[in-house]
Amino acid sequence: MSIAALFDHPLGRLQWSSLPFWDMLQHPTKGNIINGVIATGAASLVVVGAIALVLVLTRYKLWRPLWSDWVTSPDHKKIGIMYIVIALVMLARALIEAVLMRAQQAFGLGGGFLSPDHFAQLFSTHGTIMIFFMAMPFLTGVINYVMPLQIGARDVSFPVLNSISLGLTAAGAALVMVSLVIGKFSTGGWFGYPPYTEANFSPGVGPDYWIWALSLAGLGATLTGINFAVTIYRERAPGMTLMRMPLFTWTALCTAIIMIFAMPPLTVATAQLALDRYLGFHYFTNDLGGNMMNFANLFWLFGHPEVYILILPAFGVYSETISTFSGKALFGYRSLVMATMVIALLSFTVWLHHFFTMGQDANINAVFGIASMLIGIPTGVKIYDWMWTMFRGRVRLTVPMIYALGFIVLFVLGGMSGILLANPTIDYQVHNTVFLVAHFHNVAVPGVLFGMLSAYHFWFPKAFGFRLNERWGMISALCWIFGFIGAFFPLYALGLMGLPRRTVAYTEARYVPLEWVAFLGALLILAALLALLWQLWVSIRDRDGNRVFVGDPWAGRSLEWSTSAPPPEYNYAVIPVVEDRDTFTRAKEQGRAYQRPDTYVDIELPGNSAMGPAIAAIGFALAFGLVWHIWWLVILAFLAAIASMIVRGFARDTTRIVSAQQVRQEHHRWIDAVAAATAVSRADECKSVNVGLALQEADGVVP
Amino acid sequence: MSPQAAMYQVNKYPGLNLGPGHGQDEEAAATVMFGFWVFLMSDAILFGMVFATYVTSLHGTAGGPGPHDLYDIKSIFIETMLLLASSFTFGMASLALKYKHGRIRLVSWMVVTLVLGIGFLGFELHDFSSMFAHGGVPSRSGFLSAFFDLVPLHGLHVTAGCIWLICLLGQIGRYGLDLKTKLGIMRLALFWHFLDIVWIAIFSVVYLGGLT
Repeated sequence: MSIAALFDHPLGRLQWSSLPFWDMLQHPTKGNIINGVIATGAASLVVVGAIALVLVLTRYKLWRPLWSDWVTSPDHKKIGIMYIVIALVMLARALIEAVLMRAQQAFGLGGGFLSPDHFAQLFSTHGTIMIFFMAMPFLTGVINYVMPLQIGARDVSFPVLNSISLGLTAAGAALVMVSLVIGKFSTGGWFGYPPYTEANFSPGVGPDYWIWALSLAGLGATLTGINFAVTIYRERAPGMTLMRMPLFTWTALCTAIIMIFAMPPLTVATAQLALDRYLGFHYFTNDLGGNMMNFANLFWLFGHPEVYILILPAFGVYSETISTFSGKALFGYRSLVMATMVIALLSFTVWLHHFFTMGQDANINAVFGIASMLIGIPTGVKIYDWMWTMFRGRVRLTVPMIYALGFIVLFVLGGMSGILLANPTIDYQVHNTVFLVAHFHNVAVPGVLFGMLSAYHFWFPKAFGFRLNERWGMISALCWIFGFIGAFFPLYALGLMGLPRRTVAYTEARYVPLEWVAFLGALLILAALLALLWQLWVSIRDRDGNRVFVGDPWAGRSLEWSTSAPPPEYNYAVIPVVEDRDTFTRAKEQGRAYQRPDTYVDIELPGNSAMGPAIAAIGFALAFGLVWHIWWLVILAFLAAIASMIVRGFARDTTRIVSAQQVRQEHHRWIDAVAAATAVSRADECKSVNVGLALQEADGVVP
Repeated sequence: MSPQAAMYQVNKYPGLNLGPGHGQDEEAAATVMFGFWVFLMSDAILFGMVFATYVTSLHGTAGGPGPHDLYDIKSIFIETMLLLASSFTFGMASLALKYKHGRIRLVSWMVVTLVLGIGFLGFELHDFSSMFAHGGVPSRSGFLSAFFDLVPLHGLHVTAGCIWLICLLGQIGRYGLDLKTKLGIMRLALFWHFLDIVWIAIFSVVYLGGLT
């Protein structure tokens, strides 16, 4: 290709027909109009949202703070919050898509209102977003915020790399959002099986959007995994031995290890599919020696461990919330650690159960079936440990605890259906039906999502210095729980009745009642999301009555509660010394909490860096150019990526100093607030008298 | 010595460390070097997956040219020797860094390494072009697709290593042997030896295995 040829089509494949309303205007049939209006409405939401954001930032002169306090900040706490913001935005989109799908199915007897192509885009984006741009950023954000605090560190080991990971994830999320406005997303499901996603069956831009969004997110997750693992190995405070780490940190470690080992297969799978599509290679094609099974193996070699990347941090969250809100040390700490490790290990041995029906030997199926069932054992151990933690504790039914209880009941049911599916003979009967959809939502929603929402309510006061509104939190939690039951339990029955997954319409009239139950359940979940957003608004409005600057609103047990809320940017004025498990509880009991040290030293912190936003912009431009075959943009972005790394290599003096004087001042201001505060009993936990100082109560005693 | 420093003394990452002669730099190296080891583990999985693709695609030649038609063992052997020699010369550079043999010796060994690396890449590109001339293009078959995934992936890594090495030479020129440059050289050393090991696997599995 000559240089001039690169500019022959400066906009690549971009055409007027890439816009979502084009079809509707050219061929105004009834179906086209309905689908066009929905797609255009969604696109307008993205565009209007973006414009509104720009206007608000300009009107209130927030561009500079956004740049210098947030996007260029290497502070793990801010990066964590930004991850969670991405997750919540993407959650809203993917949830609306889910409601749309349930609506389509409710009206789906003999047709419905969505075109098959539109429906396929909906389930593909819903799955892709929920896994890669909701669950992953959410858990990465929570770990980012909490883990360094829990181990008594000042930051993660590689703060700028952390910012780059965020940039890559944000670029991927932006790509998925842009696909709503320009062009169409993949119709190949969240795992994008070839040969369907190969160029001869799906010549459009959809699979390319999918490939590059996943590549960006996968690279970000790999780097995040390395960062978390190194942080936990290297940055622990003195005395914080491995077996004194809070369980959430343990699950973060296991998740990080899985990320390091499980992300590369995804990178290989998407890269090979891209080579097939762009350069005519034959990895997964039907002809010339391609082998689709390689994709299935590579994808699920990533995909199954991914499931445990998602669930383990949630397990960690439940361990913290159940222990804290039962006022007891975690029961069976050692067994929980071992169970976590065993799950992390077994997660690499079961990938084949995602394609029992794709033609391997019965003996191989049996081996993987047994391995899959084995995971039930450590998971069961955990469930018992949590129940024993609550046993004879003083259980307080706060919002994080409601989520935890909903989780225990519902997750056990989801796990049970998983054990059923792990049996290849049963899998043959129900595979590709909505029974499977019910199963994985039954572990993903009560498991992962409830865990993340539990974490959100639990650590929100730590991050922002005020508690969330309890009443709306409770309403939202109950809507989530019962909405989930309504939306997904009918799918078990429908699956057993033979309804295939991913079908846009059906002809069996007996499906209709259960489809309507599921639709109403989905509406209840939508109400849960609205309640959650309303709760945030109400809590911000009433924040002055709910401040917890002292920092310990829940009588917390681990180190993160031993600093102010929000914590100073360096986390701890003096790095704490850890002498036991539940170290903050022990410190409070022995009167060692809230010390005023004699001497302070200068603290060295990483300086701001534009690498994160730069990589985000470059990554997005590269991916967008690749999707639309805008080759000059691809080349420019590629060169810019290399140049930015080289320039960063030449950067020196990348840290800044917080003076001992300033540390002393801030610490004393906080300690003075502690001294002025009135300690509250757990009965007043959710009232405005709770300013974050906990009355010392005997551990785990029934009054 | 802080407790953390004491911990590092016990749990030293493997490899050629800076040594006590480098004072504070030695301690600072621990986290960065450990992080790089972890990255290499992830990278090793990447290569493992590509190896697996290659091995499972051996029979996917679809009637096109196979190993015997395409591989030139003489050229491959020269490449292998060049890369092994470059690993040796980088080892000499690491020793020059650790024992403070002076900047000139360090830079000289690095330049020799760079020349050997570029030589390796030159031979590799020559191999590819002669494969292309014999009809061995990646779009011909699944087997060739897998070959052109694995071997050029290694080549791309070597290219990245060469660019990195040039940048480090630039940093030495600009800043001298400050901490960040030292850490860069040590990480590139790990990377370079890692690529050597991957090449040995490629030489054994792809070329020797393919020609037996």
